[in-house]
Amino acid sequence: MTLDEIREIARIEADREEGYRHRINVCVAAGCLSCQSASVKEAFEKEIAKRGLENWCRVKGVGCLGLCSGGPLVAIEPAGILYHTVAVSDVSDVLEALDDGPLDRLVCSGEMPFFKRQKRIVLENCGRIDPERLEDYIAAGGYQALHTALTRMSPEEITREIEKSGLRGRGGAGFPTGLKWSTVAKADNETKFVICNADEGDPGAFMDRSVLESDPHRVLEGMAIAARAVGANHGFIYVRAEYPLAVKRLKKAIAQAEHAGFLGNNIFHTPFRFDINVRLGAGAFVCGEETALIASIEGKLGRPRPRPPYPAEAGLWGYPTLINNVETLANIVPIIREGSQWFAGIGTEKSKGTKVFALAGRVNNTGLIEVPMGTSLREIVFEIGGGIKEGKQFKAAQTGGPSGGCIPEHSLDLPMDYESLAQVGSIMGSGGMIVMDETSCMVDVARYFMEFCRSESCGKCVPCRVGTTQIHELLGKITNGTGTAEDLTKLEELCDLVKHTSLCGLGQTAPNPVMSTLRHFREEYRAHIEDRFCPAGVCRMGRGKEGE
Amino acid sequence: MEALKPIAMKAQDETSKRIDDPRWRRVNRVMRLHGYKPNALIETLHMVQDTFGFLELETLKYVAQTLQVPLSRVYAVATFYHFFTLKPPGRHTCVVCMGTACYISGAANIIGDIEQSLHIGPGETTADGAISLVTARCLGSCGLAPAVVLDGEIKGKITPAEILETLERWKTDDAG
Repeated sequence: MTLDEIREIARIEADREEGYRHRINVCVAAGCLSCQSASVKEAFEKEIAKRGLENWCRVKGVGCLGLCSGGPLVAIEPAGILYHTVAVSDVSDVLEALDDGPLDRLVCSGEMPFFKRQKRIVLENCGRIDPERLEDYIAAGGYQALHTALTRMSPEEITREIEKSGLRGRGGAGFPTGLKWSTVAKADNETKFVICNADEGDPGAFMDRSVLESDPHRVLEGMAIAARAVGANHGFIYVRAEYPLAVKRLKKAIAQAEHAGFLGNNIFHTPFRFDINVRLGAGAFVCGEETALIASIEGKLGRPRPRPPYPAEAGLWGYPTLINNVETLANIVPIIREGSQWFAGIGTEKSKGTKVFALAGRVNNTGLIEVPMGTSLREIVFEIGGGIKEGKQFKAAQTGGPSGGCIPEHSLDLPMDYESLAQVGSIMGSGGMIVMDETSCMVDVARYFMEFCRSESCGKCVPCRVGTTQIHELLGKITNGTGTAEDLTKLEELCDLVKHTSLCGLGQTAPNPVMSTLRHFREEYRAHIEDRFCPAGVCRMGRGKEGE
Repeated sequence: MEALKPIAMKAQDETSKRIDDPRWRRVNRVMRLHGYKPNALIETLHMVQDTFGFLELETLKYVAQTLQVPLSRVYAVATFYHFFTLKPPGRHTCVVCMGTACYISGAANIIGDIEQSLHIGPGETTADGAISLVTARCLGSCGLAPAVVLDGEIKGKITPAEILETLERWKTDDAG
């Protein structure tokens, strides 16, 4: 494949699209699929055939359109209309309304802050292209960044460009991506690996799944550019087995890319060769930790090991290995295409670019959103999210999953960036954001996350294995009304111990949900202990006594 | 390397024994594609579970032998990862998502109602082998919380009543 051939494919695709007066895009990402969007798509196809409109209208399955709470979503191009909750019975009405303007009862206003306040970089193709067609990706400019990286840039230039962009790892800790790349690039070894971490384990997070399901080639292209920069020839994508659709689309995309020559030997007629294999995770949260993930790819128990040596020096089978998260890799293509300066101009001083959040919980508009770093929590919850369901009161937003914390109401104006979130005792994490209202008990939420960490602890180090169990028991006592003031002190001491002495990130961050709720919602803990009362009415007090 | 040869040949014999069964052919194919290397273990177990529904001890022995991995390690891997199960599933499976969004939308109550209806807990199967109850860490359908998977089909914004209705149908299906 040459650049001219890519451009030719893009041109043909664009012409073909132009030829249709109406283009109907039906969301077929997992969220909408679970509201039967597949049968809606089928109904459109049938109805169009029945009316003989095939030459005027085409129907396409696309990736995530974002507003999951309004599924199944259908977008009409080029009119730029978005319909929500489209049922099979609405199909003929939608077709009738194609020429006369939108169908009022189903239309989502394009002026909705949910759409207007977003800035789509990672998700720019989501909802626009058919994730199962390589031509669609090429028509959207796909694989041109790889061409640039292979033919017009040296590996050092690529790495420098990523360094200058200020991109930081989107998996949680926010380590500078360029620095990681240059460390692997400097490692002196013939064999190196690039791994894409798609083991999205945080409950309440579905950003990576949406990217993989909606735009898989974007991730493959990012990996290939990364491989060129660090000098690797083999790549692995470690993806959750719980995401069968993402796995299927990834495998299909890899086969397409191999066939077209974007993966394999002599890519773009250069000496560069790179292949990608998919490895399935098997439901172990700890495998999101990079050394555990490597062990799992090697077919072993997913248990972390002490670092150093870091995977950049000794990773998969002992070779230098670059591990980046899905969203990080999805940022590479636009940085190479638009330049590091453009990217560095978005976001805050220390957190550049955008962040994708999986907005869920008690907000009106749930779904997948992408906003510039530094956007305030208030804007996300009350403008993009459309406020709290049923007019209830905002209580907290949980970010970072079991490693994160709860942000209280008085911090609503907090800008969403790595440093600000750390200041209030939470973390950016991978992007799960669960909004809670007065019906959620913060002690119960802390107990929920500790239950998660307890069962996900791999058992290798004592502080995490025993500590999480003990903390969970104490929280169990408090939530069933048998906790004492002494337990609260013990709880704080234990959290401190587990945080500072655990081997890997899982244990070190496991106390975060407890510590952040203790910090911001201490009165709720007090109410449980002193008054044997759960202010949210969630905990069934006295249950423990009866049970014992 | 020489010392390993007889074991490898023995494994080959086992392989040929199972060559006629199309289900085993799928499993063997995965191992062959990975060059019978020990690092194919997890991929192979995925295929075994996908094909047979669960991991039987005899199967684990066969995989251990073919990939030349100690059975103890195969067992360790099979029990370490939550995705693998050593027990046969029921004819119907109900997966309840316990992700954060589902939890604060009442997933615990859903589990409670199902437990009452089926008299089994998460990870168990009814005595007649009809229905298995499973919990998931997170299905990633948080925008549609609470979510469940009923026989492979994801259902969002589900109510306990809807699930119980399906469970009742499953119970009577099998009786009839």
